[in-house]
Amino acid sequence: MTFPASAELRNDPVALIRDKALWIRRRSFQMVYEAQLGHPGGDFSAADVLATLYFGVLRHDPADPRNPGRDRFVMSKGHCTGAFYAVLAAAGFFPEAQLSTYMQPLSMLNGHPNRNYLPGVETNTGPLGHGLPVSVGIAIAGQIDNADFRTFVLTGDGELQEGSNWEAALTAGHRKLENLTLIIDRNRLQQGARTEETASLDPLDDKWRAFGWHVEMVDGHDHRALYEVLSASPKGRGKPLCVIANTFKGKGVSFMHDNVAWHHGVPNKEQYEQAMRELA
Amino acid sequence: MSAAAPAPAGWHDCRDTFSKTVEALAEADPRIVTVVSDSVGSSKLVNFRKRWPERMVNVGIAEQTVVAVGAGLANGGKIPFVSAAACFLTARAMEQIKADIAYTNVNVKLIGQSSGVAYGELGPTHHSIEDMAWLRLLNNLTLIVPSDPWETEQAIRAAAALDGPVFIRVSRMPVPDLKRSNAKFEIGKAETLRDGDDLAIIANGVMVHRALAAAEALAADGIAARVINMSTVNPLDEATILAAAKTGAVVTVEEHSVRGGLGGAVAEVLATHDPVPMRILGFPGFLPTGSADWLLEHFHLNAAGIADAARQVLTRK
Repeated sequence: MTFPASAELRNDPVALIRDKALWIRRRSFQMVYEAQLGHPGGDFSAADVLATLYFGVLRHDPADPRNPGRDRFVMSKGHCTGAFYAVLAAAGFFPEAQLSTYMQPLSMLNGHPNRNYLPGVETNTGPLGHGLPVSVGIAIAGQIDNADFRTFVLTGDGELQEGSNWEAALTAGHRKLENLTLIIDRNRLQQGARTEETASLDPLDDKWRAFGWHVEMVDGHDHRALYEVLSASPKGRGKPLCVIANTFKGKGVSFMHDNVAWHHGVPNKEQYEQAMRELA
Repeated sequence: MSAAAPAPAGWHDCRDTFSKTVEALAEADPRIVTVVSDSVGSSKLVNFRKRWPERMVNVGIAEQTVVAVGAGLANGGKIPFVSAAACFLTARAMEQIKADIAYTNVNVKLIGQSSGVAYGELGPTHHSIEDMAWLRLLNNLTLIVPSDPWETEQAIRAAAALDGPVFIRVSRMPVPDLKRSNAKFEIGKAETLRDGDDLAIIANGVMVHRALAAAEALAADGIAARVINMSTVNPLDEATILAAAKTGAVVTVEEHSVRGGLGGAVAEVLATHDPVPMRILGFPGFLPTGSADWLLEHFHLNAAGIADAARQVLTRK
């Protein structure tokens, strides 16, 4: 089975990913500014991971979004729809103009993604701790069929406080799901405070290793590092892969950087204009 | 597990029908898989595991995951039958059923085993007498409460053929084969098992044969009770309920709480369109210690109790 690959991608994947990540930040922040709703801090911490997946790693075909052989991506941190919808539009799943309807009445672009509204969404998320367990099920289907598609899931880090993740982690480790990759957006901030001040997660890498996973730690804003770890073949690893992407909430804009106030903060006109100047 | 009295000869545990039917479906369709949470024996799936070990996914004692993994398997092209004790499958995993199954609208079949008060003496943690109320209001989720082995098989087959989420309540409480003159199962269509124009008794699951026995007793008093098997609770057959209202009195009977289940569903329809005197028969809530049979008798969920309620509601016509 072949999937379309961009000519740009073949030339220089990292340069393309960098351009797309900047575009995702700018476009998602415009969406949040216009809607006066959203989760821009998490959009920015995840933007580089999303750009890397959609423009360097995933085998997908926006013209055939339910092709059985597609790689799956599950956005478990479903509140970060600014970045997620922007990357889906950038990848061609729906027209960019649709992004201007973000959270407007009757929009297909709900605050949390709905598979029945939008092509490219695999499962409806929003409540935390749902994406990984569903992704484990997708990966098991691939394992049963000896299919070669891969399943990727992006969670927040605060989200890992939901116990459902650890149930699913047990099953994934037990079944040695090498076709499954979990990416943790490790920005160390949850809605109200730092994760380590709330219900600490460290040592996070040891937890996943103890559950039978292979762990890689990367700078979640380094496109080349992300591209290399996510595009490497999983064949023969014999374990599910956990990529702990160390990130910053609000990455890319000085006054949002690592600032918990921007979990679901929305910009006024002055802040929006300053952010756009910085995201040039 | 429950120390119930031995069932009368010729009565059946519908879990056997579930496993036999899902094996027959699996023979014909490689997409059929089973998903369990250490619930192989209690789901009567030991033989399925023996025949297709690679097509049974056991996630361990983890109901949130058993439901979510079912959703994922459907995404990967499988037709998963997720089977676990109804009490845990619903109460423990309601958000997964809401978000991953019903709202996402995936092709997953949830089998709530040993529903109602089948676990008897094990108590309210193991009873599942809230599930109809919790599940029937989820859009997209077809909810079926079969009455006997024939209907259980029909429901399982119809669920497999339907591209969408289904929950089927399967009891371990023995039931007889119901007599049907015109046996035809259709999701969303109630079945009139006995005609009568004095009042209508609307029941489902293990209460249907008791409702039929009550109608027989009422006939001896010259009262003609219609008996309706409302096995599909969502989508609800409103036309049959409104036709029943034309008798002028309705009694509902369910192995479930009196709040929010079949009685609640029927009451919503009647109150909105055609209010008539009504009685809702079921359990009051968390129950005292007792076997399943004892609980049904104690709360008058038997032929005599249903007939008494019918006579009482007729006085309000």
